[in-house]
Amino acid sequence: MTEFVDTAAEAVASVRDGSTVLLGGFGNAGQPMELIDALLESGTTDLTVVSNNAGQGDRGLALLIKERRVRKVICSFPRQSDSWHFDAAYRAGELELELVPQGNLAERLRAAGAGIGAFFTPTGYGTSLAEGKETREIDGRNYVLEHPIRGDVALIKALAADDAGNLVYRKTARNFGPVMAAAAAHTVVQVAKLVPRGSLDPENVVTPGIYVDTVTALTPRETQEVEAA
Amino acid sequence: MSSQTSPASQTSHSAQPDDAPQPGQPLSREDLAKLVAADIAPGSYVNLGIGQPTKVSDYLTPEQQVTLHTENGMLGMGPQAHGDDIDEELINAGKIPVTELPGASYFHHADSFAMMRGGHLDVCVLGAFQVSAGGDLANWSTGAPDAIPAVGGAMDLAIGAKEVFVMMSLFAKDGTPKIVADCTYPVTGLGCVSRVYTDHGVFLIETHEDGPRLVLREAYGIAPEDLVKRFDFPVVIAG
Repeated sequence: MTEFVDTAAEAVASVRDGSTVLLGGFGNAGQPMELIDALLESGTTDLTVVSNNAGQGDRGLALLIKERRVRKVICSFPRQSDSWHFDAAYRAGELELELVPQGNLAERLRAAGAGIGAFFTPTGYGTSLAEGKETREIDGRNYVLEHPIRGDVALIKALAADDAGNLVYRKTARNFGPVMAAAAAHTVVQVAKLVPRGSLDPENVVTPGIYVDTVTALTPRETQEVEAA
Repeated sequence: MSSQTSPASQTSHSAQPDDAPQPGQPLSREDLAKLVAADIAPGSYVNLGIGQPTKVSDYLTPEQQVTLHTENGMLGMGPQAHGDDIDEELINAGKIPVTELPGASYFHHADSFAMMRGGHLDVCVLGAFQVSAGGDLANWSTGAPDAIPAVGGAMDLAIGAKEVFVMMSLFAKDGTPKIVADCTYPVTGLGCVSRVYTDHGVFLIETHEDGPRLVLREAYGIAPEDLVKRFDFPVVIAG
């Protein structure tokens, strides 16, 4: 059953010190800024964060890193023109980095959610990022064995949820949301709006409610209804 | 390919006689982008890497009906967004705001990379530090010990598409070719590059029973016979 909570603070209460947190988003698109702000407020620390990037500018994940709440980042692309908080923490030796090719990151998350023990992928074969990993030639092509990445909690952003916890997303903000929702023991979603059961076309649901544990709406439903009226 | 697939660019430049490549000159970056665009087969699904390859979209024509893929989860990507069209939730892999074209679709990251890894994309165009004569690609890291590493989708792009085109300048600052016998920079993928488009020539990396063969298709600003002498390994002049 999906639970619905009124505040981002309640939504992130399942994150503990030392948790592995899957953070949705590609750059700032799809990054659950309000949930991350609540995580900052909560004081939770010693986190392992799995996300495509390692924070941009002075928002979201960048602030968690600035405040040294993050022990380790598993990501594909930490270094950017405005990743100054990551850069500082990394250069100071205060942040561990596991660099993963982007498609392997997505597939390792997918594998976790799909109950796959490990998988062989051609991506990264023969490169320094595959050093020490098991390899195998299958039908004349070389592959690297990669393992799933499971989260204790996923924090993601969607456009809307219905009362069954079904989610729809918006444009390229979808990115890692659906795979992270399935890869975590507890999935928390911030949505722009909540809609009544039955009002999302079942054909268009992207993440079924079975993967969704906690939802918080940035705009309370009462306000939405007033606006709709 | 759907008949509703729209042009990848609304800002296509038609080649005018006065901006055609000058004989005897190396290609400018614009000419190089134009040449790559013209070599992409009609109806292709294409991923353009960050940087110089992005410029190729300016020269794709509506008639080509090329569909652009961006690995952060979209097919049918349109030109860069400006002004009121900018939407923080509609960006390309370089995190630049873009637009969507009629017939566009969105999908999550695992699907997007499955699409690539699964060999469904026809062409990927990438920049490079080095390419080996056997088609190894080095484009993700200079290997500098103090650099912060970042790989993004580079390794997935390198091995995923049916054809990988590289765009780069042929010569490094020290005058040596960036097509090398073996990459000295950290590799992104092995034996994955099929063509190299450079300011001084277009090279094909052909697969033969006795191994890969580097073929000079065309030279710019230098005679083919002189260009192949700049390499310390065999380069075949197409004939």
